[in-house]
Amino acid sequence: MARIAGVNIPTNKRVVIGLRYIYGIGPAKADKIVSSLGIPAERRVNELSDDEVLRIRELIDRDFRVEGDLRREVAMNVKRLMDLGCYRGLRHRRGLPVRGQRTHTNARTRKGKAVAIAGKKKATK
Amino acid sequence: MARSVWKGPFVDGYLLNKAETSRASGRNEVIKIWSRRSTILPNFVGLTFGVYNGHKFLPVQVNENMVGHKFGEFSPTRTFTGHSSDKKAKRG
Repeated sequence: MARIAGVNIPTNKRVVIGLRYIYGIGPAKADKIVSSLGIPAERRVNELSDDEVLRIRELIDRDFRVEGDLRREVAMNVKRLMDLGCYRGLRHRRGLPVRGQRTHTNARTRKGKAVAIAGKKKATK
Repeated sequence: MARSVWKGPFVDGYLLNKAETSRASGRNEVIKIWSRRSTILPNFVGLTFGVYNGHKFLPVQVNENMVGHKFGEFSPTRTFTGHSSDKKAKRG
């Protein structure tokens, strides 16, 4: 069990895969980390030596913004838009799609689960 | 796709004149503009613009955070306010 970048404890998967459990590290960055440290692709997280874990930790600390810091940055960017009173900020406030997608249908990711319209009559056959 | 950097920011030229004359006059009055497509430049900071939304000129006080946005972003053109939440209104 290895703790990297704070709270993340990836399992007995391959290192490239396990690293992706960290918020802010996806396929591309995981690949970069593993190849720059010369860790073989077949190595599993539980087979890492303490030294390797340490080097991964240092590399992430130095080069990438992950977890809390990254979440804070994203939240700050959104907050800036909301405080500015611009169109994108208004969309964030309303919880509607920000980038011009249709809302007549779909947009369920932003709008959340569909709510029935009160008082609407069922169509009779 | 983002705009090429070598072109510089897009601004309708007459806005520059308008901003300058208003600054020179010293009075802090609303500058009415129709050019919603223009980028807000650093030298517009502190001025107040009335940005047309097809209906009214909405006052926009420019601060330094707005630099790089377009004027139109601060003057919504649609009025949808949401569906009424009370159930009886629709049953009637």
